[in-house]
Amino acid sequence: MLSEQVRAKTDRELKKYPPDRKQSAVMSALRFVQDEKGWIDTADMADVAAYLGMPQMSVYEVATFYNMYNLKPMGRHTLTVCTNLSCQLVGAMETLNYIKSKLGIGVGEVTADGKFGLREGECQNVCDEAPLFMINNKKTCGHLTKEKIDQILAELDKE
Amino acid sequence: MINIEIDGKHIEVENGCSVIDAAHRLGIYIPHFCYHKKLSIAANCRMCLVQIEKAPKPLPACATPVAEGMKVFTASEQAVKAQKGVMEFLLINHPLDCPICDQGGECELQDLAVGYGGSASRYQEEKRVVLHKDIGPLVAAEEMSRCINCTRCVRFGIEIGGAMELGQAFRGEHAEIMAFMSDTVDSELSGNMIDLCPVGALTSKPFRYSARTWELSRRKSISPHDSLGSNLAVQVKNNRVMRVLPIENEDVNECWLSDKDRFSYEGLNSAERLTKPMIKQGGKWLEVEWQVALEYVANGLRQIAHETGAENIGALATPNSTLEELYLLQKLVRGLGSHNVDFRLRQSDFSADSKQTGAPWLGMAVADINRVDRFLLVGSFLRKDHPLLASRVRQATKAGAQVNLIHSTDDDLLMPIANKEIVSPTEMTTVLAQVLKALATAKQATLDTSVQQIVQSVTPSAIAQAMADSLAGGERVAILLGNFAQQHPQASQLQLLAQHIAALCGATFGFFGEAANSVGGYLAQAVPFADAEHGMNASAMLAAQRKAYILLNVEAELDMQNPQQALAAMGAADMVVALSAYKHHATEYADVLLPITPFTETSGTFISSEGRVQSFKGTVQPLGEARPAWKVLRVLGNMLNIPGFDYNNSEAVRDEVLVGTDLPAKLGNVLHGVSAQAATWDVTGLQRVSDVPIYATDAIVRRAASLQKTRDAATPRALMHSVELKKLNLQSGEMVKLTQEHGSARLSVIADDSLPHGVVRVAAGHAVTAELGAMFGAIMVERA
Ligand code: SF4
Ligand code: FES
Ligand code: FES
Repeated sequence: MLSEQVRAKTDRELKKYPPDRKQSAVMSALRFVQDEKGWIDTADMADVAAYLGMPQMSVYEVATFYNMYNLKPMGRHTLTVCTNLSCQLVGAMETLNYIKSKLGIGVGEVTADGKFGLREGECQNVCDEAPLFMINNKKTCGHLTKEKIDQILAELDKE
Repeated sequence: MINIEIDGKHIEVENGCSVIDAAHRLGIYIPHFCYHKKLSIAANCRMCLVQIEKAPKPLPACATPVAEGMKVFTASEQAVKAQKGVMEFLLINHPLDCPICDQGGECELQDLAVGYGGSASRYQEEKRVVLHKDIGPLVAAEEMSRCINCTRCVRFGIEIGGAMELGQAFRGEHAEIMAFMSDTVDSELSGNMIDLCPVGALTSKPFRYSARTWELSRRKSISPHDSLGSNLAVQVKNNRVMRVLPIENEDVNECWLSDKDRFSYEGLNSAERLTKPMIKQGGKWLEVEWQVALEYVANGLRQIAHETGAENIGALATPNSTLEELYLLQKLVRGLGSHNVDFRLRQSDFSADSKQTGAPWLGMAVADINRVDRFLLVGSFLRKDHPLLASRVRQATKAGAQVNLIHSTDDDLLMPIANKEIVSPTEMTTVLAQVLKALATAKQATLDTSVQQIVQSVTPSAIAQAMADSLAGGERVAILLGNFAQQHPQASQLQLLAQHIAALCGATFGFFGEAANSVGGYLAQAVPFADAEHGMNASAMLAAQRKAYILLNVEAELDMQNPQQALAAMGAADMVVALSAYKHHATEYADVLLPITPFTETSGTFISSEGRVQSFKGTVQPLGEARPAWKVLRVLGNMLNIPGFDYNNSEAVRDEVLVGTDLPAKLGNVLHGVSAQAATWDVTGLQRVSDVPIYATDAIVRRAASLQKTRDAATPRALMHSVELKKLNLQSGEMVKLTQEHGSARLSVIADDSLPHGVVRVAAGHAVTAELGAMFGAIMVERA
């Protein structure tokens, strides 16, 4: 069952679409699930499917198509480092490698304490701030340097 | 209309037509993979690129609509270069494992690669690997690296099958065809995905690696299962049926086959096949020569007719028997002086006999189902009983048709249902009467006296009213009665009410028909009222036990309305002659087993529910000493000196039945001289609701190994509403003992709140429920 909160938020989305096009809200519904628990389980997808009256496989297609949905637990703070061209030109790979060694995990992995997860991402449309990462797909941190990374990680660690 | 030119040839097509369809009409072939005439356009393979004048780059012919004055070049330098480019891309990740691929020889990718592919690959890098999936016992998805992601299989599921069981997960290079959470594909039409898959990604599990396609000879035949009469290509190697594929017939099965029609052939090669005539002597079965067995039968029948009267002989045949077999059976029985012959084995109400204008039939052409805009479906497990007719109804709903359903179960038909009334069998006439009343009131019509009494006794519910409104608002309305309605103890009342509803809304009215020859049986006169003198019907023959029974293809405990009664009658008879393709339970009660051939080893005719006469030839030689039943009956007729049994071939038998017969005049669903009364049937306590599961309907399919591994063939369970479970203090999942009269069965009971109160749903036609009684009526449930 979707939580009350997810259902309430989804209901609000549903108002934007005709009543016979409930599946239009699938991306939002999946996002709400991820916001709540950090990732999306197949059971959640089945719940979303039931809630929106669409085939389960159809929800699965959407959830696996978009890179920003986490299909496994990714830690409390998921850092998504953009490794597309503009970012690479100004050292995205060094940024990524630094975070890897700092957290002791590889891309797609989570630290043992479950605090940090690391992902590679596509262009975030803010190339002017490169190199950069996003925290939980919500907050962009740009112009990264080693010092800045240390500082951000230290702050997140305290949360 | 729009004028265009393709490769210099001019054609006029309707607005909205695609370039590929226009080209096909001109006989110009455009290479393609994802395009399929029965599916929506996906335009994802890009194989169909063509050059179009004034377009800056090649365009996909499948997704480009025609425009006035358009000039298309399908084989110009630009087009061919584009097509070759696409082919190179498609082959980049393809494993190129044709030598070990089951699709080899009938692969669209292989064929087009010969035409458009390079002779060597320029791609040196690693190829992607897609892991195999287990999607069930029928469709193999073992080599998914071969998939070119055309999504035909996915679109088939959504658009034709009605459920999205497969989908394309992940993206780009990582895209894979799979089922949600490694589920199986359970559609009763799943085999069509194998035909649709243009490569060897989806293959037939039962057929895999058993033959190369070019070793097979292809023979035309007709499906012996449901009443649609699907056209089959039976593929044969070394006198063995290896595989069955559809033959396209737009008016019947289109280009599809149900899984039952496609995979039942495994039952033909079953180890249970009876290949030698056998006689029981001193409690032991002996294999004997045909002559001995037939003489034994002839003598036995003659003796019983002589000593106790011919009316002591009864003959029962399944509606899957051919027209010729059914005709000769009744001719033999009537020649002996008896009129006890019937093929309507699961029917329980025979009060419509000889009160009907003809053989009950669909009332319309199969192809017209797609054009109906209002349906009233009464008592039908539509999806399982008639998979392809269900698909046609589904197509009609896509075009806006409304489906109204009156039934005792609420199985998902995978289509929108406008109004439904799910009631116990005893309440069905009432619901129909309510709909009739609502319609009559709306139309201010006076009702015929035959239905007045019942109509006066009811008040239409809101749902009945909604159904009446729906039906009244249609232009092409169809009232269709399913197998359940035909097997119902008040079948003729249901029919009468439906007939009056149809009359009020100008609807066509008909029956889906249970089996391949449900119409043919009437034409063959295999019914007890075909003559001036009437005999006993299938039910009466068992109730008043006969001294001798002739069974044609019948498995008494599985094919009859009341297996308990059937077995008792067989057990009490002096002589039971079983003509069967299989050694089955008859060994317990029969005296003679005559090995006859299934439909692939004989010529014959089926008349489908729309009244379509389809004859077929044998596709392989009879197995062992088995012989076509029509020949066996011919010899018996001659041995018994019954005149008119010298036919040279089965066509002569068919012609005797059909030549000079005005077939349409012999079909008719209208009842005269029957009246419907309120509450004439009641059951105290729980009542049984039975379906015949899709893979339990007849002897061949019961022995088709792969079909028996599907979910649809799972061991039957007793289903009840949880309210009823609570009353009996039972838990879902518990074992219960079900009792009808003096027989019982042990099954696990499952809560199913979609069922009406007061019923237990228990499948018929299955060994575990064969000890039970009639398919309808009282049933007792207690903790086992
Ligand atoms: S499995 Fe076959 S039909 Fe399905 S997408 Fe792949 S190639 Fe197409
Ligand atoms: S390339 Fe990294 S944000 Fe655009
Ligand atoms: S056939 Fe046109 S894109 Fe596939």
